[in-house]
Amino acid sequence: MSEQTREYPVGESPELPAPNHQPGAVKWVMENLFSSIPNGIVTILGLAFLYMVIPPFIQWAFIDSVVLGAESRQECNAINPDGACWAFIYRRWDQFVYGFYPADERWRVNISFILVAIIVAIALVERLRAIKGIIWVALALVVACIILIVGFFGLERVPTNKFGGFMLTLIIGLTGIFASLPIGIVLALSRLSTLPIFSIFATIFIEFIRGVPLITLLFIASTLLSYFLPPGTNFDLLVRVLIMVTLFSAAYLAEVIRGGLAAIPRGQYEAADALGLSYWKSMRLVILPQALKISIPGIVSSFIGLFKDTTLVLIIGLLDPLGIGQAAIADVKWIALSNELYVFIAIFFFIFCFSMSRYSLYLERKLHTGH
Amino acid sequence: MKILLPLAVGIAALAATSAASASTLSDVRDAGVVKCGVSTGLAGFATPDDAGNWQGLDVDLCRAIAAATLGDATAVEFVPLTSKVRFEVLKSGEIDVLVRTTTWTLTRDVGLGLNFAGVNYYDGQGFMVPTSLEGVNSALDLDGASVCIQTGTTTELNLSEYFRLNNMAYEPVPVETSAEGRSAYSAGRCDIYTTDASALAAQRSGLEDPSAHKILPEIISKEPLGPVVRHGDDQWLDIVKWSHNAMLNAEELGVTSANAVERSKDASNPAVQKLLGTADAGLGAQLGLSEDWAMNIITQVGNYGESFERNVGADTPLKLERGLNALWTNGGIQYAPPIK
Repeated sequence: MSEQTREYPVGESPELPAPNHQPGAVKWVMENLFSSIPNGIVTILGLAFLYMVIPPFIQWAFIDSVVLGAESRQECNAINPDGACWAFIYRRWDQFVYGFYPADERWRVNISFILVAIIVAIALVERLRAIKGIIWVALALVVACIILIVGFFGLERVPTNKFGGFMLTLIIGLTGIFASLPIGIVLALSRLSTLPIFSIFATIFIEFIRGVPLITLLFIASTLLSYFLPPGTNFDLLVRVLIMVTLFSAAYLAEVIRGGLAAIPRGQYEAADALGLSYWKSMRLVILPQALKISIPGIVSSFIGLFKDTTLVLIIGLLDPLGIGQAAIADVKWIALSNELYVFIAIFFFIFCFSMSRYSLYLERKLHTGH
Repeated sequence: MKILLPLAVGIAALAATSAASASTLSDVRDAGVVKCGVSTGLAGFATPDDAGNWQGLDVDLCRAIAAATLGDATAVEFVPLTSKVRFEVLKSGEIDVLVRTTTWTLTRDVGLGLNFAGVNYYDGQGFMVPTSLEGVNSALDLDGASVCIQTGTTTELNLSEYFRLNNMAYEPVPVETSAEGRSAYSAGRCDIYTTDASALAAQRSGLEDPSAHKILPEIISKEPLGPVVRHGDDQWLDIVKWSHNAMLNAEELGVTSANAVERSKDASNPAVQKLLGTADAGLGAQLGLSEDWAMNIITQVGNYGESFERNVGADTPLKLERGLNALWTNGGIQYAPPIK
C-alpha cells in the first residue's frame, strides 16, 4: 500500500488536474451554508427571516423616523406616522444623560466623564497600569470626580436624588465593578482560609447575599435601613444602594474567584511555600495571577450582569435611563412611545456590555501563555 | 433566643424613636424644602417635562403645600416613588407627604398608620371602546364582550363583580402591563379596555387615532385619590388638608392666580378676605403659618380648577371632564369646608 513518490527536477511539475475545490467566497458559502440539504434549508429560512425583519426595521428606525422638528408625538405623527419618533430622545437627551442635575452645573459632570474615562483607561491599558505610582493618580481622580459631582469646596452641593440617567448607571455600575473586585478577592481568600473565623464569616456572608435577590437588598436599602438608623441621620439613598450593589457583586465575584483558586494545582501553592514566600506574597506573586486569569470570563460576565442589574434601581424610585424614559413616555406629549424607548435603551446597554465582553476576550488571548 | 429578644426590643425601640419625629413643619422649615413623594411618571398627575420640571395635578398639590409653608412653590424636592415602596418611604420619614394617586381605603388609613388629608382626584374604573362598535353607549351594552384587563389588580375583581351583578358575560383577555394592554386593544384582540378612568384617558391619547375611541360614562368602582401623611403629627395633617381645601375654596369663590391680589383688596367679600389673609382673622397663625399662606398657594399655583384644566382638562391630550371632580356647586362632589 505504499504510495509511490516521484521526484521532479527543479522547474518541472507534475501534470495533475486542478484540485477539486473552488477558491474564495463561493467555496466558503458552499461549505458553510449549503453543505447538506437540511443545512441549506436552514440557511434559506434564516435569510428569509432576516429579509422579513431587517428592511422594515431600517425603514422604521431610519428612513421614516422623525428626530428633529417635532415637539410631541402628535407632531411626529403629522410628519410621518409610520416611522420611529426619536424626537423625544432628542428633546430629553439632557435628562437621559444627567437626570435632574441642575443645568448650570452640568459641566462638572462632563469633566467627571472625562476623568472617569482616564480612570478606566488606567485600569484597562497595561502600559498605563505599569507606570509606578499610577494607582495614586487614579485614586486622586476618583476623589476629584466625587468632589465635582457631589460638590464640595465651594461648589454648589447637588443632592444625589437629582442624579439620573446614564450618569447614574455609570456611577452605580463603575462603583460596583471597581469596589467589588478587591472585596471579592478578599472574600474568596477568606473562604479558603484555614482560620475558621475568616472562613466562617466569609461563607455566611457569601451565602446570605447570594441567597437573596438583588431587588430585596435594594428594598432593604431604600426602606428598612432607615428604621434602624437613629432618627435624624441622613444616610443618602444612593450611598445605600452603592453599598448594596457592591456587596452583592462582591459575593458573586468571590465564588467565581474561588473557582479559579481551586483550579490551581496544589504544586503551585507548595512551590510558593518552598520559595519561602509569605502568605500574601505567595498569593500576590504566584497564586492570584494564575487564578484571576482563569476566572476572567466568569468575572466579566459577573460585571456585565451587574451593569444590567443597575436598571433595578428604577423600582426604588431612582431614575436611571430606563426610569427617565418611562417617565418620558408617561408624559402626554410623548405618551406610549415604548418601542423607541426600549430600542434606545437596548442599544445603550449593548454598547457597554459588548465592549466589556470584547475586552475580556482580548485579555484572555493576551494572557494565554500556554501551559 | 436569649440573645435575640433584647436585640429585637432594641430594634423596635430604635424604629419607634425614628418614627416619632418632633414636628414635620419645623423639619420642613429647617430643610427649606417640602419632600414630596410622587409617581415615577403618570400622565397628568406627575411627569417631568422636557426641561426636567415636574408637572401634574399631584405635583401642583405638592407645590401648594410648599407655597403655604415656605412661601415658595418651587421649594419642593420631588421624590419619585413606585407603588411598591411608597408607604414605607413615607413612614420612615424620608418624605413629608405622599401625593401619588393613592386610593383612600380603610386598610391604608387605619392599618398602615397613615392619614389621608383629603381627595384631590375622584377616580374610578371605566371602560374604553372603539366608536366603530355600534350600539354601545353604556357599560350595560357590553354583554359578551372580550375585555383586555391587567391581571392581579383590583380592576380585575371590580370587573367580574360588575358583570356578575348585571347578569352579563365577558371574555377576559389577560395582559401584564398597560403598554401591553394598549397594543392588544389597538390590535383588536379585545373589544374593550378597562382600567382607572384617568389612566384610560392617557391610554386613549396614546392610540393612533384617539378620536376613534370613547370612554363610557359608567364608573364601576370608587378610587378616591389623595395626599397622605404619617400618623402622629396633626399640625402637618392640618396644613396638607387645608392647602388642598384652600385651592377648592378659591375656585368656589372665583379667586384665580390672575385676580387673587386684586380680590384681596376688595373688602366686600369677607370669605375671600379670610381666605387670602387680609381680614386679620389670624387663620394662618392657627395653622402655624404666615397669614398669606393661601394667597401664596393661589398666586403661585392657582386654584383647583386652574390646576385641573392645566394638567388633565379639556385642553390637554387627556381631555378629562370634571365629572365627580367638579365643585359641589357644579354637580360634582368636590366640597371643601369653609375657611373661617
